[in-house]
Amino acid sequence: MGFDFANEWPKFGQLLIGVAVFLAVVGLLLLIVDRVPKRGHERWQAVAFLSPAIIMLTIGLVIPAIRTTTLSFFDSGGSEWVGFKNYEWMFTEPEIRTVLTNSLLWVLLVPTLATGVGLLYAVLIDRIRFEAVAKSLIFMPMAISFVGAGIIWKFVYAYRQGGEDQIGLLNQIMVWIGLEPQQWLLERTFSLNTLLLIVVMVWIQAGFAMVVLSAAIKAIPNEIVEAAKLDGANPWQMFTRVTLPSVRPAVVVVVVTISIATLKIFDIVRTMTTGHNGTSVIANEMYSQAFRYREMGQGAALAVFLFILVLPIVVYQVRSLRKQQELS
Amino acid sequence: MTAATTKQVAKAREPDGRAEGTAAGRVRRRLTSRTATISAIIIAMVWTTPTFGLFVSSFRPENEIKTSGWWTFFSAPHLTLENYNEVLFGTSSSSGRLASYFVNSIVITIPAVLFPIAFAAFASYALAWINFKGRNWIYIGIFALQIVPLQMALVPLQRFFSTGVSVAGVSILPSWDTDYVGRFSTVWFAHTCFALPVAVFLLHNFMSQLPRDLMEAARVDGAGHAAIFRKIVLPLIAPALASIGIFQFLWVWNDLLVGLIFAGGGEKAAPLTVRLADLAGTRGNEWQRLTSGAFISMVIPLIVFLSLQRYFVRGLLAGSVKG
Repeated sequence: MGFDFANEWPKFGQLLIGVAVFLAVVGLLLLIVDRVPKRGHERWQAVAFLSPAIIMLTIGLVIPAIRTTTLSFFDSGGSEWVGFKNYEWMFTEPEIRTVLTNSLLWVLLVPTLATGVGLLYAVLIDRIRFEAVAKSLIFMPMAISFVGAGIIWKFVYAYRQGGEDQIGLLNQIMVWIGLEPQQWLLERTFSLNTLLLIVVMVWIQAGFAMVVLSAAIKAIPNEIVEAAKLDGANPWQMFTRVTLPSVRPAVVVVVVTISIATLKIFDIVRTMTTGHNGTSVIANEMYSQAFRYREMGQGAALAVFLFILVLPIVVYQVRSLRKQQELS
Repeated sequence: MTAATTKQVAKAREPDGRAEGTAAGRVRRRLTSRTATISAIIIAMVWTTPTFGLFVSSFRPENEIKTSGWWTFFSAPHLTLENYNEVLFGTSSSSGRLASYFVNSIVITIPAVLFPIAFAAFASYALAWINFKGRNWIYIGIFALQIVPLQMALVPLQRFFSTGVSVAGVSILPSWDTDYVGRFSTVWFAHTCFALPVAVFLLHNFMSQLPRDLMEAARVDGAGHAAIFRKIVLPLIAPALASIGIFQFLWVWNDLLVGLIFAGGGEKAAPLTVRLADLAGTRGNEWQRLTSGAFISMVIPLIVFLSLQRYFVRGLLAGSVKG
């Protein structure tokens, strides 16, 4: 069967229906708000404005999150209460322990490296000519999907048997410097394959770090910079004594944001290795358990564990945001 | 010394903006700025080369992609569009047929951007400008939902779609996903739910900063909340809506997990990302398809990103720095 555009028309019909429903809902809602008695009945207008969001959140997030938490104490079919067995499984099963160590590796390395590179680059290109172009180059991976990024890097790591010409850049570099090409994504020693997947996430997130930190650097008051220059500060002193303390709050925000994104990482692992050869992470394992092996209880336990890991980071983020708002 | 005089002195001392008087100092400055430039160029090259390599490869003939590195292209350039043609419209079962998935991505993305933004705008207007009891608690509740990773919702939400809701054996809501008519709407629904907490949070920040006088003047003139929302608030928050819209667009277009679970893997509803991840897994060495396919999936986000970068950066900063 070839590609026939006629087959696609029904989908656009769906799109049309979707947009029509959207317009109808929005119009109806505004109409309702207009019609309810105005004076003294502000509450009903608020209810009308809030109801779509609250209904969606209740059905889509609140109830499911509670359900998942209870499911994590049940067996795979969700019928028999098993207590903490799923959690026990998580910490004793060697395979899942690898998953947890991998996640730890991700969440330690990605935020540090991405923020480090982002900060370095932001400092280096500050006020140079072509700054905007230089920024776009590093920032572009942010627009690419994790799947696309996974394919880009899988190609970098590609391997060809012994005698053949290499097509992956990394192995070609190995050849150029006189080393043996490797099957990188199968290499489990020192979690090398996991580290190579981490590179992809760093590659994506460094752009985010760079943009936020660059804005923070530009917000440093000129007087401070000039005064430091007058006092004869060299570039290094400038960086450690002026730039770094000034952008510290922004660094914290960047590290926190990247940590949360990293904990939930799924697409890169899924695209590049499907979690094989000891590269799986929590979110990927959760998907495999719940949707491939139909082990609902174990999948739910992993999701809850992910939630518990994210929780303190978000609480910290909220508190530092509050502090910032009080200061300004 | 005041700040103003500091500036003046600094300017007088450094007419060209950096170098100091002594020759040695000038040489040292130039050297450090040269290492700085070189390191910046190295980072930029490391960051762009992988994408560039894939891009070049996507235009090379299949047998060349598979037998020689893309860097050899420049000594023997052969260009072809066959990879794109094949991966988009190819007829064999193993080819990508991405055209169909491309349509799916479009059909998924447009409503999945419109719905959450509209609902979030309504909700944040009520939370910022209508007085009612429990307002703060509702705001805190929605705000707190940002913590819940969407992984927490996947299993029960999918079950909700596939079996509906029944209480004590009586079916209250029927199941949704009987055919693919339901498929797209489940994906829209899921994306809307997951986007709402952040969208409400950002829009509420923005809306609560609108001038109070403006609202009160409109109230005195007898305008209801619907009119104020439509005529005063919407135009003022348009830039914020644009930033959040771009984010949501990129998020939905690039999403794999939600698409995989709620749209399934088939040609009928699955987005590009799902198909590409599938191709990368099952046909991991068919680089002629993967390279061109990856670029097809990137075209629209890159256009959006490059043309609307200003809004994108603004939204990013609003979300992460100003809070």
